[in-house]
Amino acid sequence: MAERVKFWTRWPMVLWLAAVWVLLWGDLTVANVVVGLVLAVLLVTLLRMPKVGFEGRPWLPGIVVLVVWFLGDVVMASVQVAKKALSPGEPPHGAVIRVRLRSHSDLFLTITAQLCSLVPGSIIVEAHRLTGTLYVHVFDVAEAGGIDGARDHCLKVERRVLYAFATDEALAEAGLPPRRRLLRRRPAAEVTR
Amino acid sequence: MSVLDWFASICFFLGCALNLIAAIGALRFPDLLSRMHAATKPQVLGLMLVMAGLAASLGSSQLTWKLTIVVLFQFMTAPVSAHMVGRSGYRTGKVREDLLVIDELTEDLDRAKSTPIPPSSS
Repeated sequence: MAERVKFWTRWPMVLWLAAVWVLLWGDLTVANVVVGLVLAVLLVTLLRMPKVGFEGRPWLPGIVVLVVWFLGDVVMASVQVAKKALSPGEPPHGAVIRVRLRSHSDLFLTITAQLCSLVPGSIIVEAHRLTGTLYVHVFDVAEAGGIDGARDHCLKVERRVLYAFATDEALAEAGLPPRRRLLRRRPAAEVTR
Repeated sequence: MSVLDWFASICFFLGCALNLIAAIGALRFPDLLSRMHAATKPQVLGLMLVMAGLAASLGSSQLTWKLTIVVLFQFMTAPVSAHMVGRSGYRTGKVREDLLVIDELTEDLDRAKSTPIPPSSS
């Protein structure tokens, strides 16, 4: 019985796999959807993955902010590294820094690490899940605003991830102000300006 | 040429240029970790631009979806491979310490090695 309950909690994975199947075939026909669903169910039951567990609350404004910042960061990162690749002279000085994240969720740790790996000059060399620590290789310390600047950058990415997906309780636990106050504060700041 | 063609051409040009620069970077940078930066960053944006150019010039919604999936999977897998290469390179001493300003991972690893493992509380 427990097995069955476990299986039914996997429906988002089944839907995602079926969607990828249909998108790869390129047209939305009944046959494609049915075969996609059957294959997805087979994959999910035959290849069991450890449960990640999503306990969160997706928040649309947070997701929009996350995606826009991410795309901007990818462009910036590419231009920076491209410039360094073409400019003659000394190679840039890197550093491996320790970033202790505020949240202790595996999922948010993973998302933050993924996004950090894709944005300006940082690669996750090591992640320690019990303490929620990422070890980040910074490509060019001077360009990243020093070691503190680079650390701050990763924490900002995590902050955006948390506002996009975490529950209010998780936000409070991470020591971040609740979303409601975030919305209220913004117009007030404009008035004072 | 229509606006769409211009957009596609610019995307193709920039995308290919970025991929070329990524290759140059991988060749020129001195050590493993900085080469990983060249391999993940400009190439991801380069791929996005080439795919955007393809979507614009082909103008088929079916293919646009497929190209979106390509970019999505690139986003998911590029950091993983960068992490695996970086991590194994680090552990096997392929990282040039003289190029690092600070190395807090080695500090922590050394500390973890020198202190005895405490009895686990869980």
